[in-house]
Amino acid sequence: MIVNGNNRHSDALLEMESVSVNFPVKRAYPFSKRQWIQAVTDVSLRVSMGETFGIVGESGCGKSTLANAMIGMIRPTSGTVRFQGDDLFSLNRQAFKAARRNMQMVFQDPFSSLNPRFTVYDIIREPLYIRGGVSESDMKGKVLELLNLVGLDEEDLQRYPSDFSGGQRQRIGIARAIILNPSFLVCDEPVSGLDVSVHAQILNLLMEIQQSLNLTYVFISHNLAVVKNICQHMHVMYLGKTMEAGAADSVFSNPLHPYTKALLSAILDIDVSRPRERVLLKGDTPSPIDPPSGCRFWQRCPFAMEGCKTIPAELVNVEPDHHVACHLISGFSSEQKAAGFAQPLSPQHGE
Amino acid sequence: MSKPNVIFQIVRRGGSLFSLIKKLWQHPKGRVGLILVSLLVLTAVLAPVLAPYDPYDVTQRAAKGLRPSLQHPLGTSITTGQDILSMLIYGSRVSLMIGVSTGIAIAFLGALMGVMAGYIGGFADSLIMRVVDVLLVIPTLPLIIVLTNLLGRSYFVIILVFVAFGWTGLARVIRSMVLVLKNSNYVKAAELAGASRWYIMTKHILPGTSHLIIMNTTLTCAGIMVAEAGLSFLGLGDPTAISWGKMLAEAQGGGALLFGAWWWILAPGAGIFLAVFSFMRIGIVMEEVFNPRMKASSGIYKLFKHLNNRYLDEVFRSMDDEGDPVTSEGSDTPPPPLSGGGHD
Repeated sequence: MIVNGNNRHSDALLEMESVSVNFPVKRAYPFSKRQWIQAVTDVSLRVSMGETFGIVGESGCGKSTLANAMIGMIRPTSGTVRFQGDDLFSLNRQAFKAARRNMQMVFQDPFSSLNPRFTVYDIIREPLYIRGGVSESDMKGKVLELLNLVGLDEEDLQRYPSDFSGGQRQRIGIARAIILNPSFLVCDEPVSGLDVSVHAQILNLLMEIQQSLNLTYVFISHNLAVVKNICQHMHVMYLGKTMEAGAADSVFSNPLHPYTKALLSAILDIDVSRPRERVLLKGDTPSPIDPPSGCRFWQRCPFAMEGCKTIPAELVNVEPDHHVACHLISGFSSEQKAAGFAQPLSPQHGE
Repeated sequence: MSKPNVIFQIVRRGGSLFSLIKKLWQHPKGRVGLILVSLLVLTAVLAPVLAPYDPYDVTQRAAKGLRPSLQHPLGTSITTGQDILSMLIYGSRVSLMIGVSTGIAIAFLGALMGVMAGYIGGFADSLIMRVVDVLLVIPTLPLIIVLTNLLGRSYFVIILVFVAFGWTGLARVIRSMVLVLKNSNYVKAAELAGASRWYIMTKHILPGTSHLIIMNTTLTCAGIMVAEAGLSFLGLGDPTAISWGKMLAEAQGGGALLFGAWWWILAPGAGIFLAVFSFMRIGIVMEEVFNPRMKASSGIYKLFKHLNNRYLDEVFRSMDDEGDPVTSEGSDTPPPPLSGGGHD
């Protein structure tokens, strides 16, 4: 199923269709049962040209795995990833490399994403150098141009990453990501490793670059405030599955899934006097090795019902461009109701 | 986030070979090591010029067992009348040759195996690591004795045997470092740009492990020198060459202890000690340069620091003030910076 149904097939840059990624767990001893980490399960999404697409969720919910599958760093266990209409994993080697050069990544940790032995010049020009076919002087010119764009000085060219602050390093990382003129940029929590004071700077820089180069962003974050400000569409993920998806406006103005509500209620608000409902979740995220049957969220859901334990919740369309996977919204059939599936679980169920 | 950071800082600290030598020179202990090693190299290279007598001349019957004097600064041997100083000078060639060539060969083999195991992974990894496990549990000395008897006692065979058993430690260290670097985001960025495996290996992975290779090589050199002296002392070295270990063996066999010819034993002993000491010095200082945290945890360093003249005044002062210099001084004071700039 493809979400964001309104403008289907019009200007999709990246499409994922029921993508699942499982990682094998190393066996404790030979011939023991092989176990799998279900990092991403059955996620479908569609990123249109020129938009910013947000993916939110807790740590370990599969956001980064999903991002890696998008850019072809991880081969999905099942499902297809289409970039500019081509199935990424059925391309031949050359075409795959060419497609991948069209998608770049800005990494979370600006300290480990730059080689400490390379100068800033070496780091930024590296993608050009690897692609080849560009003269040294052209490369220099391009690097200087980008350095200006991201707000660094020409003198910084021969310095090493250790001479820079986190925010400056992230600027270097952004310059490296856009030097090949990609059309698609995956930002894997680009600001969460930085001081709060430079968040806005980096985000503004990213937005400016998007404007001037007409880029498409997938923006991964656990910071809902950031996503609210910059994204047009978003996915809320929990334990490898999409809980709620759709236009960012409708998700934020009308959150339907209890998990989205809990996340939204956790956003810090300047106005402390404003009354608000705080949805507190119990317990920790269950292990993705053996995820709960039924709805993945039922053990922590304050509104869980009997049926949530056994029946997986499917994404349903609730309003234009807004989908949610919750039995509270989709309801149960009359036979299921007769079997007591709609009975709320006791408040203590989540231990 | 912090653990990889430390590693990347270490990698950055390594810098080029030149800046490494500069850092060693700026470190008091490292300077001692550098001077001693260069002296050793000079001695070995200039042996024919420096040696006052022919060390192989065993016909000086009149000069047997002379005490150190102006003619023979370190005396002569009791049995054959060879000049000890000349033998000592020529012996440095063997020690250095075996130590350094084995060290470099081990560096190559260990790095190759470590990078292959870490970067290629899978079957290559398990195969190499199982070989390492097997080699680690084989008792080396008896095997070397057997092999030298079997293959002949040339230094080539000895080097070969040392290399065959010496690369395992380095391979393990390099492998774990490669595993860290392989998963770093800058390697991922290069892969995204379409870099080949060869590019990543030569531009990102190998330079990232170079500091480990250099450090390990100096320490291996020192270890191999001791091992070579031990083998020669046991009579398993090249019987035609002059080495410090063989000098010791001859002194033992010639009754140096019996006749009180202390110079015959002391000279090669001091040679071995100084050569190993200087290489160890450099290796240990490199470890400190690459991994600054080691200093804080090293008790020996604390001891040195307190014995160091620079700190003696402070120690005495704090003894007067608080009466407990070690706890007030030792753990909290940050170590002095190793170099001035660091951004070259």
